[in-house]
Amino acid sequence: MNLPSFLNPAGLLGLAFIVVFLGLMIFFAASGRKQPGRALRTISAFARLGRAVGLAVEAGRRLHVSLGSGSLNGLESGSALVGLTVLQRIARAASISDRPPVATSGDTPVALLSQETLRSTYSAIGASGQYNPLAGQVSGLTPFSYAAGTLPVIYDQQVSANVLAGHFGSEVGLIADAGERSGSLVLAGSDNLPAQAVLYAAAEEPLIGEELYASGAYLQAGPMHIASLRAQDILRWVLVGVILAGAALKLLGFL
Amino acid sequence: MKISARLFLAVIVMAIGLVVLLGFFIDLPVLNVLRTVFLRWAVILAAVAILVGLFNLAAVHWRKMGSRQPGRFYSAVLLISMVVTLVIGLAFGPTSTWSLWIFNYIQVPVESSLMAVLAVVLAYASARLLNRRINLFSIVFLGTALLILIGTATIPGLVVPGLTGLRAWITQVPAAGGARGILLGVALGTIATGLRVLIGSDRPYGG
Repeated sequence: MNLPSFLNPAGLLGLAFIVVFLGLMIFFAASGRKQPGRALRTISAFARLGRAVGLAVEAGRRLHVSLGSGSLNGLESGSALVGLTVLQRIARAASISDRPPVATSGDTPVALLSQETLRSTYSAIGASGQYNPLAGQVSGLTPFSYAAGTLPVIYDQQVSANVLAGHFGSEVGLIADAGERSGSLVLAGSDNLPAQAVLYAAAEEPLIGEELYASGAYLQAGPMHIASLRAQDILRWVLVGVILAGAALKLLGFL
Repeated sequence: MKISARLFLAVIVMAIGLVVLLGFFIDLPVLNVLRTVFLRWAVILAAVAILVGLFNLAAVHWRKMGSRQPGRFYSAVLLISMVVTLVIGLAFGPTSTWSLWIFNYIQVPVESSLMAVLAVVLAYASARLLNRRINLFSIVFLGTALLILIGTATIPGLVVPGLTGLRAWITQVPAAGGARGILLGVALGTIATGLRVLIGSDRPYGG
């Protein structure tokens, strides 16, 4: 069968994958509304984060969300968007605190979005007075200057918990170490493999692999987050099956 | 923000996202032109955002300098450095001798020093890991890291037979396999995040 000139097999396959992904997300979101309460496996980092938010509000201490130094128009934007979801949930949960959460980032569009996230969250819950545009700040524009600029926030602003969610390099070790030294909880995840290895050693509660992308589902950001998690699980098994089938066919000499 | 304004923003984001996404998969001239235009707009907006971000950085440190917070001296240093660099960059250009001097003799050494500090921090964190989270995975993690380190380092007199081969096997077989598994999960998570923004379920742009 000949395809029209504007279609190619690889593009068509990619588009089909995206359409199936979207279809599964919508299906699971609709079925999740009918049958809510499906349990997620326990991830200790998120259980501790819930407690840390409560303790920070009671003790009048601040929560810090570090959104990393990845840019918004690159491949690493996904982890920054997850970080913004985490910021939104934390800002909502800690809205009655004397010290509202602070967000640091190493990319200015991400910093602007963090300000907008804080503003819209406070506005939605009728706490517009809590909004301070300087709570969404740029700490530095290169990975190491970002790390260096984030350290004073951790040390000087009475932070009780740090959530590191975004794109980092190995410099994230400096931020995690600062959290550890200041006695605050460090919960951290990244899309970057070297950063994940560093965080496994340096963070109190590391998020490994795709656990970072499950943040929204665990922080109850909406049914679509749980639905996308279930769609990811199914498609992961499909991809594993395709990879194994490809390896087997190659081994048998069919490819 | 009123509901109509939020809806308007969501519709714009969804429409532009859809056009850019389809432009990747379908080779239609109209889609390609629109995708290129939208991506150029994104680059221009990102450049403007850098300027806004600089003002934000200056405002944060200006406020800190005026308060009685600890470390306000460093904020003053940052503001003075920022102004000096900006003036030199505007007056002589970003590739002038003076601008390159600042880059080569201030920024590069400072960042290199931080990298050196990072090496110590990581060694300390690895030792602390055994104290904080002692389990099978931590032991395997640290054991593997040590093996790779010793296998890579050129220590005079320390030649362990078979270590180079073991190091190559670890990096090429279990480490590469594990890394691909993690990257698969990261890729699926990124697609899910993008799709949630595309259908307006996540709206980091407000609402």
